[in-house]
Amino acid sequence: MTRNSRPLSLRIPEPSGRPGDAPDFSHLKLDVAGAVDRPAVDARPVQMLDLAFRLVRVLDDQGQAVGPWNPRLDPETLKKGLRAMILTRALDDRMHRAHRQGKTSFYMKCTGEEAIAVAQGMILSREDMGFPTYRQQGLLIARGYPLVEMMNQIYSNASDPIKGRQLPIMYSAKDYGFFTISGNLGTQVPQAVGWAMASAYKGDDKIAITWIGDGATAEGDFHNALTFAAVYRAPVILNIVNNQWAISSFQGIAGGLETTFASKAIGYGLPALRVDGNDFLAVWAATQWAEERARSNQGATVIELFTYRGAPHSTSDDPSRYRPGDEAEKWPLGDPIARLKQHLIALGEWTDDAHAEAEAEAVAQVRAAGKAAEAVGTLGQSRPSVKTMFEDVFATEDWRLVEQRREVGV
Amino acid sequence: MNSAAKWGSDPMSEQTFTDTDRTDGIEPDMVDQDAAPASIAPEGPAIQPMNMIQALNSALHVKMAEDPNVLSFGEDAGYFGGVFRVTDQLQQKHGLTRSFDAPISECGIVAAAIGMGAYGLRPVVEIQFADYIYPAYDQIVSEAAKIRYRSAGQFTAPLVVRSPYGGGIFGGQTHSQSPESLFTHIAGLKVVIPSNPYDAKGLLTAAIEDDDPVIFLEPKRLYNGPFDGWHQKPVSPWKTQALAQVPTGKHVEPIGKARVMREGTDVTILCYGTMVWVSLAGAEHAGVDAEVIDLRTLVPLDIDTIEASVKKTGRCIIVHEAPKTSGYGAELSALVQERCFYHLEAPVTRVCGWDTPYPHAFEWEYFPGPERVATALKAVMAGGSR
Repeated sequence: MTRNSRPLSLRIPEPSGRPGDAPDFSHLKLDVAGAVDRPAVDARPVQMLDLAFRLVRVLDDQGQAVGPWNPRLDPETLKKGLRAMILTRALDDRMHRAHRQGKTSFYMKCTGEEAIAVAQGMILSREDMGFPTYRQQGLLIARGYPLVEMMNQIYSNASDPIKGRQLPIMYSAKDYGFFTISGNLGTQVPQAVGWAMASAYKGDDKIAITWIGDGATAEGDFHNALTFAAVYRAPVILNIVNNQWAISSFQGIAGGLETTFASKAIGYGLPALRVDGNDFLAVWAATQWAEERARSNQGATVIELFTYRGAPHSTSDDPSRYRPGDEAEKWPLGDPIARLKQHLIALGEWTDDAHAEAEAEAVAQVRAAGKAAEAVGTLGQSRPSVKTMFEDVFATEDWRLVEQRREVGV
Repeated sequence: MNSAAKWGSDPMSEQTFTDTDRTDGIEPDMVDQDAAPASIAPEGPAIQPMNMIQALNSALHVKMAEDPNVLSFGEDAGYFGGVFRVTDQLQQKHGLTRSFDAPISECGIVAAAIGMGAYGLRPVVEIQFADYIYPAYDQIVSEAAKIRYRSAGQFTAPLVVRSPYGGGIFGGQTHSQSPESLFTHIAGLKVVIPSNPYDAKGLLTAAIEDDDPVIFLEPKRLYNGPFDGWHQKPVSPWKTQALAQVPTGKHVEPIGKARVMREGTDVTILCYGTMVWVSLAGAEHAGVDAEVIDLRTLVPLDIDTIEASVKKTGRCIIVHEAPKTSGYGAELSALVQERCFYHLEAPVTRVCGWDTPYPHAFEWEYFPGPERVATALKAVMAGGSR
C-alpha cells in the first residue's frame, strides 16, 4: 500500500462569486456566433462529440444571424416569437406583483429563459406532448393558451382548470400539448420517454419534448430516462435548461465544473447539442435539428440550453443572499428579448417604437386577463366547490371517499 | 365458479395438469423454469387446471390478443418470459414490441409506463421482486397515483405494476418482503393480491382494464401450490384445488370484492395472499369454526363483507406476512373497531411478520404459520388477545 504524502482533503465546489463580489464569468468559454458546424441530421452521435462542449450561437453582437445554424426564419415568425416572449415577461411581472399583493401564495418567473419554451412551443405542435418543469410557461403563451386560464390556476379560484389542486404555476393543458407539472423534480423526463415510446409503438408521427433544470440532472430519473431513450430509440427531445442556479446551489453542485451538462448524453450514445439559450434563432435551429431526427425515427437528442435564471427561484427566494447582486445584468449572453429585438431592427423589420407598442399591448392584454381572473376571485376569495376535493382520486369514488365527503358535509 | 365458492372442494383431474409437483416445501432456487405455462391459446377446453403462473400468463395472453394497446415489459420479461415465467411466450406470440426486456431500472420502467398510459396505452410492467420496487416508489406514489387528480382528469395512468412478493421461499430480506402497506397508504392507488389461480387471472384482467394505476402483488410462494405454512409436510399442488379450474378465455373478477373462503361462526379471519391458505390451516389446527375472508383487493376494500362477518362472529383476527407495525392489519383493525365495536367479544388480534428485516436462516420463525394462527384463534375464543 502506498501512503499519501499529505492527508486527503474533501473538495466542495464553490461558485465564482458570492454577494458583494463582482460577477466573474471569465471561466466561460463561449463560441462566437456562427463558429460551430451543423452536422447532418442523421449524423451518428460519435461523429459530433465536440458539439457537447461547444456553444451553438446564431445571433452575433450586432444582431445579425450568421453561420450554418441560421434557421432563416421569416420576419413574421420572428415577430410572433418576440411578441410571445414579451407577453410571457409581462405575465410574469404581473403575477409576481399579484403575489406581493397577497393575491396568491406562490409564483415562479422565467426571466431570461423566455426564448426556450417560446421557440420550442412554436416548432412542435399541440399534438406532440411537452413534459415541462416549472419555467416553460412560454410554451402555453406561444400556443395561445388563454392567459385568464393561467391566472385562474394561479389563484386556485372557481374557474381553475385543475380545480385548485396544485400549487400556482403547476399547469396542465392536454389540448395544448402540455403535461401536468410535478413538483418532484426530474420525474417528467422518463415519462416523456415513455410517451414517445408509445407513439413509436403505435406507428404514429407524434414526438415528445421535455425539460429539466441543471440541478435536477443529478436525479436518477434523468439518467434512467437517457438509458431508456437510447435503448428504445424514443422520439423525444430532452432539454436541459442550464440556468446556472438551482435555488441557491450553483451548477457546479450538480457536476457542472467537471463537464458540460450536454456531455452527459455521450455516455448513453445520444447526440448532444449545447446551445445559447438566450438566442431565439439558435434555440430554434437546434430544436428543429432534434425534431427532424426524432420524426425520422432516429431517436432522441439531448440539448443543453445555456442560459441564466434572471429572477429569484420563486417568490419564496432571495438570490441576493447567495449570488452577486448584478450577476443577471452582466450575463455575457444577454437578454433573449433584447437580442431578438436587435435582430429584427437590424433586419429593418422592427423599431424601438414598435417594441414599446408591443410591450404596451402585452401589458394591456395581461391587465384585461387579470381583471377577468380577479372577477372570479383571487386565492381564498373564490375556489372550486369543496366536494370536488374528493373527485378524480380514481375514475369512480370508492366508499371511503363517499364517507369522507359526507363527513365534510358536501 | 362464483365469489361464494369454497376452498377445498372438487379435486381436479390429474391428467391435464402440467405443473411440476413439489414436495420439498421450499424453493431454494426461486426460479421454476420447468413450470412452463400451458394455456396460451383460447382454443381447447373452456376450463383448464392452471397453477398461478399459468393463470397470470393466460390473462396476459388473452388481454394482449384482445387489445393492441396492452403491452408488457420488465427485467427479463421479454424473450425469456420472466424469471417466474409469468410473461412466457408473450413476445413470441404477440411480437417484439408488445413484450420486451427492460433495463434494470425500476424507476425507468414505471415512468415509461406512466408516459405510455398518458398516451393511451395500457402497459403491464413487471418488477422482478417486490423488494426491488423502491427505486420506482416516487414514480408510483407522486406520479402514477396523482396524475388524474392533479390534472383534474386531463391525464390518467392506467398501468398495472405486477410484482411477486412475500416469503416462505428462503429468499432472505431482499426476496421475501411484503410492501403492500406502502401502497395502500397512498391516495390514488389500487392494491390487488390474489391467492389462487382463478382469482389471479380474473383480477389481473380487471386490473388491466382498470382506468387507474393498480399495484398487483403476486404471492410467489403460491405460484406452484396453495402453501399452507406446514413447511415440514409435502406441498400439495394446485391441481387438487377447485380454485385452480380457470377459464381459458377471457375471465374477469371484480376489483373490490372479497371472497369468503370458508364460512364459519366463531371468529372472522381477515387475510390475503399466502396467508389465506395458512389461515385455513390454522383454523383447522385450532379446531375453530372460523370464517376465512380472502380480501383479494386491499384498496378498494370490501368493507361490507368484513363488517357483516365480524358482526356475525363477534371476533376478528388479521393475518399478514408484513411486519406488524403500521402494516395493513393496523388499518383493518381500526376499521373493525370503528364499525363493529359493540359486536366484539374479544380484542381484534393481529398475527403478522415480526418487526425485523426478513431473516434468511429463521424463515419459519419469521413466517406466520398455522400454529401462530391457531394460538391466536384460541386466545380470542377465550376472550383475550394472546
